Amino acid sequence: METMDPISFWNLPVSVEWTLVALAQILAFMIVLLISLAFLLLMDRKVWASVQMRKGPNVVGAFGLLQSFADFLKFVFKEIVVPAGADRTLFLIAPLITFVLAFIGWAVVPVAPGWVIADLNVGILYLFAISSLGVYGIIIGGWASNSKYPFLGALRSAAQMVSYEVSIGFIIVTVLLFAGSMNLSVIVEQQAGGFWNWNMLALHTLPVPMFLVMIPMTAIFFISALAETNRPPFDLPEAESELVAGYQVEYSSTPYLLFMIGEYLNIVLMCAMTTILFFGGWHAPFEFLSFLPPFFWFAAKVIFFFFMFAMVKALVPRYRYDQLMRLGWKIFLPTSLGAVVLVGAYVAYSGAAS
Amino acid sequence: MSRIAQTIRGALLMDFWGAFVMGLRYMAQPKATINYPFEKGPLSPRFRGQHALRRYANGEERCIACKLCEAVCPAQAITIEAEPREDGSRRTTRYDIDMVKCIYCGFCEEACPVDAIVEGPNFEFAAETREELYYDKEKLLANGDRWEREIARNLELDAPYR
Repeated sequence: METMDPISFWNLPVSVEWTLVALAQILAFMIVLLISLAFLLLMDRKVWASVQMRKGPNVVGAFGLLQSFADFLKFVFKEIVVPAGADRTLFLIAPLITFVLAFIGWAVVPVAPGWVIADLNVGILYLFAISSLGVYGIIIGGWASNSKYPFLGALRSAAQMVSYEVSIGFIIVTVLLFAGSMNLSVIVEQQAGGFWNWNMLALHTLPVPMFLVMIPMTAIFFISALAETNRPPFDLPEAESELVAGYQVEYSSTPYLLFMIGEYLNIVLMCAMTTILFFGGWHAPFEFLSFLPPFFWFAAKVIFFFFMFAMVKALVPRYRYDQLMRLGWKIFLPTSLGAVVLVGAYVAYSGAAS
Repeated sequence: MSRIAQTIRGALLMDFWGAFVMGLRYMAQPKATINYPFEKGPLSPRFRGQHALRRYANGEERCIACKLCEAVCPAQAITIEAEPREDGSRRTTRYDIDMVKCIYCGFCEEACPVDAIVEGPNFEFAAETREELYYDKEKLLANGDRWEREIARNLELDAPYR
């Protein structure tokens, strides 16, 4: 192979085969993701229902398995209502932004060894950037509706997502320091060998008890992920008792569906991130359990965290706005900042950085 | 609780884990939901549902056109017109209930001296147009014929408390 200037991306020869293979990969990934999302959505509703001693959707298909598809069709066949005062273009673009951003975040997520669409060596920065951009969909949607409740919801969501992004960033830095790489596949590989090597416990650092730092970091990451995806108890942007439905008030039909799919994809993405960063990605908790395929373990962990998301939604009452801000800025930010210092000190003095 | 203890509880997410265990316990409990169109909840004999005009066992309609129900109806949903029949008995020629106006208070049932107008146990009479909910005498008598068994049983069960 002839040497090429790595910077001149545009000079790369265009290969038809490569493009086709990449497109096929993306398409397959999207389809699998959307179909599994349909069942995760059902699981969300079922968990929520059973905590409240209800049965949940159980009519469409066996055990209600086709409920999400029925909902999808229902949304698609409804009329798209654009309010008279709304900015038509932005109003329709906003859900698309949320939807597309939720999908492109998945490009760097390794679901099994080598099963990743773009194995970026700054994958985690990419994910961080994409999840930060997610706020644009909500803000634009809230503003373009030209209505009071959506606007208030959008403002809240902006403040909330920005606040919790900061602590998420610092928590990610602690994991980066352990892994010494921003490539998500490398981060997962570094946690191989059993659950005690997962970043949540990090028992390989013994006798230095880094798990005292990493377990709280895991919890804070999970809680920040709840806030980042506007899930209860941090669903202030769409608090139905205060803002009716927040930034979604004026949306109907397919645009609403795009918002909802985007939101749930973001939630699953956050579950995947928790899995990758703290729970060893595709690795089995014990070596002898690794006869099951890596993808199974990844999916099982993501489903477990999705279950936790659903349980939190069912159990925890909504935070007040000042409590939300206090938790983000006065508790999570200093804690994660301190954790960065501790992990950094450990990495520097143990020689692990070499 | 002291501030410190509360802080520790919060930091360990004690409240959340408590709620989590409780949530799991609730998940294992029998569901409160019934599969509505296939199973139905119990109804009291006093349930006030769709109206019906009853008949005597020999097929003669009970209503004697006294118009007490029309008078007592707080929503003024009932319209009655009466004339003597060929055999000289006083009967209604028109007995309309506007089911859209009706508030299902049961006063008509209470006012009726001959147990002619009753509110039966049927609550599944939703319709797609308003016109279908303007019940006339024929419709009410048909209801009475259709629900007579249930209505008679309910009246009998409720009789000791009247």
